[in-house]
Amino acid sequence: MGQGELMGIVGINGAGKSTLLRTLGKVQPKLSGEVFLNGKNIENYNAMALAAEISLVLTEPIASKNMTVEELVALGRQPYTNWIGTLTEDDKSKIKTAIWMLELETLQHKKCYELSDGQLQRAMIARALAQDTDIILLDEPTTHLDLYHKVKILKVLKSIAFETKKTVVFTSHEIEMAIQLCDTMLLLDTTAHAFGQPCELIEQQAFERLFPADTVSFDAKTGSFRIEK
Amino acid sequence: MGKPKSYRLSFIFLFLVLLLCLAVNISFGSVNIPLADTFTSLFGGAIENTSWDYILWNYRIPKAFTAVLVGSGLALSGLLMQTLFRNPLAGPFVLGISSGASLGAALLIMGSSLFSGLSVFGLINDISLAIAASIGSFLVLLAVMIVASRVKDTMALLIIGLMFGSITAAIVSVLSYFTDAEKLQQYVYWSFGSVGNLSWSQLTLLLTIIVIGTLLSVVSIKSLNALLLGENYAQSLGVNLKKSRYTVIISTGLLAGGITAFAGPIAFIGLAVPHLTRQIFNTTEHRILLPAVLIYGAILMLLCDTVAQLPGSANVLPINAITSILGAPVVIWLLVRKRKMVF
Repeated sequence: MGQGELMGIVGINGAGKSTLLRTLGKVQPKLSGEVFLNGKNIENYNAMALAAEISLVLTEPIASKNMTVEELVALGRQPYTNWIGTLTEDDKSKIKTAIWMLELETLQHKKCYELSDGQLQRAMIARALAQDTDIILLDEPTTHLDLYHKVKILKVLKSIAFETKKTVVFTSHEIEMAIQLCDTMLLLDTTAHAFGQPCELIEQQAFERLFPADTVSFDAKTGSFRIEK
Repeated sequence: MGKPKSYRLSFIFLFLVLLLCLAVNISFGSVNIPLADTFTSLFGGAIENTSWDYILWNYRIPKAFTAVLVGSGLALSGLLMQTLFRNPLAGPFVLGISSGASLGAALLIMGSSLFSGLSVFGLINDISLAIAASIGSFLVLLAVMIVASRVKDTMALLIIGLMFGSITAAIVSVLSYFTDAEKLQQYVYWSFGSVGNLSWSQLTLLLTIIVIGTLLSVVSIKSLNALLLGENYAQSLGVNLKKSRYTVIISTGLLAGGITAFAGPIAFIGLAVPHLTRQIFNTTEHRILLPAVLIYGAILMLLCDTVAQLPGSANVLPINAITSILGAPVVIWLLVRKRKMVF
């Protein structure tokens, strides 16, 4: 993975997208193989060291929604604060930047339970951004969102990757959008896994193999799926 | 929601209320001591009636301080458990601490009649009861800790704690079935709880335990805040889950275990105070919540103890009943009025 790249992991339900992402983030134990980060096995990172390298946005809801957006984003600074969690000026400016990038200024004093799904998702991404790690992993950041908010979230991810030179990896079912926005994509399939730039993958006809041909087919010209009647 | 507000004023107010409650608690009791004499004695002056002086310094003041320690400690351990399990119904005793203490006390009081050969324990007094209760709660806590090292899921731990509680309760039932009425009564009296009868040296010991427990939880503030997001997020923020879980459990064990040993299983405070606190301090930040529950718990316990004394009469009601009778309606009223459980 290169710096400043947006990578999408797609595949059918149960292909192992989330499993892969959660293994990369060391949320769950690996099934097999090794994960290397900066040439070092991820198993050899302790929680604190890893927190400075990888931040996460998971599908699970946060346990307490009685905190303000600002407090939520501020929690992203935890790996850098002192033993009792005092925010320095540097921390505060990073939090401000994260809130500004996700356009949450008007919402920052609202409680999380007052937010819509899309707003909460943006707040979670802001928190990951405030953690200021080289890698941000997001598990299905666009589920439960309407088309407009899906596009909005993905475009934000793209701009985060481009402007802050972070590596952003997300899993998604929005294959068509991913093709248009991602720098690289990983297609998880039961047999073969294709990895590359979206246009290369289209040329390799990787998307055709993703779904059974008698239900959906892939149109290489428009980069979209069509339902077989 | 407006801007984040400063809670300094609320803290000053709460602290003044605490001082007031402390004064009220010391001023009232079975024996009528004039207010003026009470305060003269409190501030080191000499009063004519030396038995009043004795009552104040050897009964009421230690009792008031015990109430403060018990209330603060239970409230804090309730907050710790609610955050650790992210469950608003959790309290200081979910890990089976009070049932362990009950088992210890029950074995000492009622078991000695069953195993008459073992009447070495014949001496049943406050101190041996405290020791038995601490051993009981410590053993149950140890069992829970051993299980905790095997299970990854904190929610499973919650259920396991409850199961340990059931087992010990069952053993206590069996014991009470076979014991004689007098011993049973003695056990029931213990289970009512009491903040009186602590000597200054016992009070010092309790204070030490509570201070250590509180320090441990202060150290955990940062991980407690992260745990509010859920364990996976907390870990991704650099929290060492296992270590912080142990720290919180040990802190709760010290607080709730120590208190139960000296004052019996006092219900309700640990569960309710964190909720009452969140009604005023509407925040999830433990740097604010932690001192707030300490003060709040002390206030509530002092109030309950004042009522339990039935000022002016010679009777004393069981403190355990008062905490629930006074506290539960308050919580219900608050929740109905706000129509929302903030957690």
